[in-house]
Amino acid sequence: MSGLQVVFLIVAIVTLFSGLMVVASRKMMHSALWLILSLLGVAILFGTLQAGFFAIVQILVYIGAISILIIFTLMLTRRVMDDDHPGVIKGWWLPALMAVILFGLLAGFMATWDNFQAMLNELPANPENLAGFGAALVDPAGYVIPFEVASVLLLAALVGAIYIAAERKEKAG
Amino acid sequence: MSFWRDPIVFLINWAKGLLDGIGWGPGWATTVGFVIGAFVLAAGAMFFVVFLIWYERKLIGRFQDRFGPNRLGPFGLFQPLADMLKIFTKELITPVGVDWVAYNLAPVLSVSAVLMMWAVTPFSKTFFGVNISVGILFLIAIGGLGELGILLAGWGSNNKYALVGALRAIAQLISYEVPFVLSALVPVMLSGSMSLVDIVEAQQPWYIVVAPAAAFIFFIASVAETGRAPFDLAEAESEIVAGYNVEYSGLKFGMFFVGEFLHAFTASFIFVTVFLGGWRGPFADEIPVLGLAYFFIKTFIVYFALILFRGTNPRFRIDQMMDLNWKVLTPLALVVIMAVALVNSLFASSADWLRIGALLAVNLVIVFAAERLVRRGVKTTRPEVGSRQRPVASPDNVFIQPGSGVKG
Repeated sequence: MSGLQVVFLIVAIVTLFSGLMVVASRKMMHSALWLILSLLGVAILFGTLQAGFFAIVQILVYIGAISILIIFTLMLTRRVMDDDHPGVIKGWWLPALMAVILFGLLAGFMATWDNFQAMLNELPANPENLAGFGAALVDPAGYVIPFEVASVLLLAALVGAIYIAAERKEKAG
Repeated sequence: MSFWRDPIVFLINWAKGLLDGIGWGPGWATTVGFVIGAFVLAAGAMFFVVFLIWYERKLIGRFQDRFGPNRLGPFGLFQPLADMLKIFTKELITPVGVDWVAYNLAPVLSVSAVLMMWAVTPFSKTFFGVNISVGILFLIAIGGLGELGILLAGWGSNNKYALVGALRAIAQLISYEVPFVLSALVPVMLSGSMSLVDIVEAQQPWYIVVAPAAAFIFFIASVAETGRAPFDLAEAESEIVAGYNVEYSGLKFGMFFVGEFLHAFTASFIFVTVFLGGWRGPFADEIPVLGLAYFFIKTFIVYFALILFRGTNPRFRIDQMMDLNWKVLTPLALVVIMAVALVNSLFASSADWLRIGALLAVNLVIVFAAERLVRRGVKTTRPEVGSRQRPVASPDNVFIQPGSGVKG
């Protein structure tokens, strides 16, 4: 077993455990903190796959922005932070079953893929990977349409947020 | 390679050779080298803070017509050491009802987030931790970890002042990240790389000459990111006691304190790296140790400006702070990005001096126009309160002690 595989196993176990704790914690705030640990694990997995850019973006976007936003909303809604309600809801087995089925389906599809058991390929260590990724995002033959659609969606969300938050002047009378 | 040209890399190579000699493979030698390097850099940075605290207290004292620390050692140099010993011996109090993990993790995170920035900065041509291809993004992402530390401190302390302080701090840090990232995009566009090593290599001339508007925005945003005066709303004593670190005592408070000082210094050397040419200077290419000297000289000049900023400006109100960010800096940064991209590609095939001149002119026009727009409708003449004649610390001050380092 190589060093990288050991790292992968440790990171995978930590990531999955903290993912479980996100739904199992009694306090909402603890759930949010476990979520951060889980996302950090994913970032390290990107790092072991030589995708440094994605590892950093994972930290930047998910830990730096989204988790902070989640914690902010938690703090603004004080009531849900109390831990005097039961941690388990009625019918909890239904989502659990769904999750298991989904995992089974995804794993089954992955297993039919030819390279399922392939080992990690060493990438050439040059920054050209990143430049190629950037070019593909704005290339008409590449991913320009999904990229633009995502941009428009984000812009719409931005405008919507400003519209909701804006102070409207009440009409007189 | 001779010792005097590049002592640090010489020492590193010597240590690697030593490890090779006792039969460790090059892989292990590199790993051990990184571990030792990280430890030395982190410990060095922590001890450096002792000097920074003295420097800052002395300077702020001078700005405010005081002497600053002047009793212990030459020029009061040993004062921070005494303070450090005092803080070591203080009792560590854990208040009732704190969230144990969050409460104890927060000081560690806020120092380590700053120290991690030292890993990617090129101190000289040959001396840097790692050269990762996404260096600038790394800096911003690590800043996010620091925010997490503040949030954990505020929430974990089980104190409303701490929570309010943390929320204020996070609101400020998240907001100022926007112009910070946008203005950092300009050097990335000009150099065509996100690696800090490549950005420094590409700076001929320095980017503060090529894009002064971006440098200006970057500087203000990084001052705001450090959370010091005039952006220290997070610890406004008159409103929320001491902000997110109010429940911390002893060494745990010391960690936040060290983190803040280190962050201010780190922010100034990141500014130097990105806009002031890093280690660049005469003969720095041939003799890397000169580059190290240039780097620290420039950093101390920027740090001086930062302290001047801190020592002379009153604290912003929260609405003023948000106005400055969202109504001035962010639109300005967007305009600068557009203008620099446009001009840079228009003059891509012309001579270098023409391209740089055009970029400089566009930047200056943008800053000038923005200044006029912001000033429109602002009352600029204020009645003067008090007189300009005021007492200053003069040599005939009766309170000067003999042997205090101050000439009297």
